[in-house]
Amino acid sequence: MNNSVVNTGRMLWAALRMLLVLTVVTGILYPLMVTGIGRLAFHDQANGSIVEVDGKEVGSKLIGQSWNIKGTDKPDPKWFQGRPSHSGYDPLATGSSQLGADDPALVKAVAAAKKQVAEFNHVPESAVPKDAVTGSASAIDPDISPAYARIQVQRVAEANGLSVAQVEKLVREHTQGRTAGFLGEPRVNVLELNIALRELAEH
Amino acid sequence: MSPVLADVLLVAALIGALALVHRPLGDYMAAVYSAKKHLRVERWIYRSVGADPDTEMRWPAYLRGVLAFSAVSVLFLYLLQRVQDRLPLSLGFKPISPDQAFNTAVSFVSNTNWQSYSGETAMSHVTQTAGLAVQNFVSAAVGIAVAVALVRGFARSRTGDLGNFWADLVRGTVRILIPVSVIAALLLIAAGAIQNFGDIHTVTTLTGDKQAISPGAVASQEAIKDVGTNGGGFFNANSAHPFENPNGFTNLLEIFLLLVIPFSLPRTFGKMVGNVRQGYAIVAAMGIIWFAGVVAVTWIEYAHPGTASQLAGGSMEGKEQRFGEGPSSLFAVSTTMTSTGSVNSFHDSYQGLSGGVLLLGMMLGEIAPGGVGSGLYGMLVMALIAVFLAGLMVGRTPEYLGKKIGTREIKLAACHILVTPALVLIGTAVAMALPDGRGAMTNIGAHGFSEVLYAYTSASNNNGSAFAGFGADTTFFNTTLGLCMALGRFLPMVFVLALAGSLAEQKPVPATAGTLRTEKPLFTGLLVGAIMIITGLTFFPALALGPLAEGLAA
Repeated sequence: MNNSVVNTGRMLWAALRMLLVLTVVTGILYPLMVTGIGRLAFHDQANGSIVEVDGKEVGSKLIGQSWNIKGTDKPDPKWFQGRPSHSGYDPLATGSSQLGADDPALVKAVAAAKKQVAEFNHVPESAVPKDAVTGSASAIDPDISPAYARIQVQRVAEANGLSVAQVEKLVREHTQGRTAGFLGEPRVNVLELNIALRELAEH
Repeated sequence: MSPVLADVLLVAALIGALALVHRPLGDYMAAVYSAKKHLRVERWIYRSVGADPDTEMRWPAYLRGVLAFSAVSVLFLYLLQRVQDRLPLSLGFKPISPDQAFNTAVSFVSNTNWQSYSGETAMSHVTQTAGLAVQNFVSAAVGIAVAVALVRGFARSRTGDLGNFWADLVRGTVRILIPVSVIAALLLIAAGAIQNFGDIHTVTTLTGDKQAISPGAVASQEAIKDVGTNGGGFFNANSAHPFENPNGFTNLLEIFLLLVIPFSLPRTFGKMVGNVRQGYAIVAAMGIIWFAGVVAVTWIEYAHPGTASQLAGGSMEGKEQRFGEGPSSLFAVSTTMTSTGSVNSFHDSYQGLSGGVLLLGMMLGEIAPGGVGSGLYGMLVMALIAVFLAGLMVGRTPEYLGKKIGTREIKLAACHILVTPALVLIGTAVAMALPDGRGAMTNIGAHGFSEVLYAYTSASNNNGSAFAGFGADTTFFNTTLGLCMALGRFLPMVFVLALAGSLAEQKPVPATAGTLRTEKPLFTGLLVGAIMIITGLTFFPALALGPLAEGLAA
């Protein structure tokens, strides 16, 4: 009895020391090494791919943003709009609706989104693509489909006093195909597109 | 290029990469666990711990090592979360509540990585890197160690010795997991994943709004999260978060990482028992089930029969534009058929029948290919069951790899396969009988039931993914799911190690004309059949109440 208590104690003591040593190796040395090399070799990416306009940081290339009129929940017609977001594009509250594919609340939300997107962009509901009416997984999806960008062109061009051809060209330039031809989906980064749009509208 | 063609190429590229890597990696792992020599850093570790890495352990000693190490880990991780506000780099986050800290500690130590918290607003830099990320490494190394001990049970004769747990733990961490993770983490950073210890960074957007950009040592944690089939996301959105999984390339890389060790271990097994074709029969069974799952879920997601998906024109709710339906489905199947549980899209919003396939992947016991280590030992236990069934059919004492599968062996194997079904079904039944179950559902009807079933399935099988509408952060669920994770992880290990001990003591029987050839395709077929029938019979009623009812109603 005594012997087994001593043995168990010895085992736990060894286990604790092992855990502490491995904590140093995998919990301190490993992340510091990766951080060190990562920051040296890929400084911008390691810090979040921050985008600057006129020397001021305006967001991250990888994090989607809200393009509503400031202080309201109304989409601003002069910007390209992103996908519906469960958190209003708050990066500190990532996640999605979690509603099942047959859920009545989701059916209602999709129907409402479809109507809103169609009216906002003056297109028939049948032209509204799937990504425009479904919430992303992260709530900060930085991308939209090329189809969703295309149906916004007319409205964006009018609101900014630009020609449709100019804005169409912009969308084409910012459409990314699949990586290496087959990885992921074709997409348009909304922040980069809107930055380019702003430049075009100001000059 | 059509999306379907792109998906075919994606799956082909993934299988090609796995086929290319499994051989060198499998052989390397066999060499690591058979080596006599210790690296200098390992000798330093053994010296500072006071462990002798050359003492052979019999199964009770090996098990004591596993349990002592895991118990200490739970305690340490629990305390770290409880005092995180008093440690540096706390980001101003409060200590985690006792029940949630218990749940999270068990979750990460048991390789489950179920998360009832939101990473970006709960866990400090220190908790993430020195607590959670450490368990990502060592819980994976423990899993591989137990699998290797079982393989030694088959490979050795007339001895009870299964190797040294400390040596296996340290070697798995130092020689396998760390090198792979460093390479993977740097690739992830290059592609856009973040890696810093900064503060929450606030920018002013073009619309004049403020946006808070999260910091974190994300890439280093993402790498081991996938390599170790852990799955605990740095952020709540897990691998759907652009900082964890920025594009199509990283998506493929992450799927590859979470499959690479589980699909390579059968080669290690074949190498260590002296017949690589035995390993191929096992890997074939894993591959067949995994591939069938990929085809099924991808097909259902593209067909999108759900009412809301029909209206939207596709199954994009809870999915990211850069991934789309196909790559999301591939990730979802790979994460539920391993014990990973990281997600690049939210399974709760998948089509009803897809959710059923994902549930089934976990209910199979996560053996196709399963978690690192746990997949291999789970599959080998099923192989014993399959051999036993074949033995019953022809009336011969069953053997596997020259070892007789007698009463003791089959009892242990049977206990092993009963653990998780018991936890899943009893856990779900209790939760549904109490008000807690209904209170946690986001969805209504059959899908609401699926959320509860998914939670207990995921926890008991150490997966960690969720139908995330499920409100898991209550004292009841933190406690019961915590117990499911602990029992679902460590009870099977007890049976596996006891089995390994009893196999290692036997002397091998020579193969005769009547021996079942377990390296042949016929055996692979028998194995797949046995797995499907046993799991199907166990879980069909539960599946019928949830995803089947939902999917067929659509």
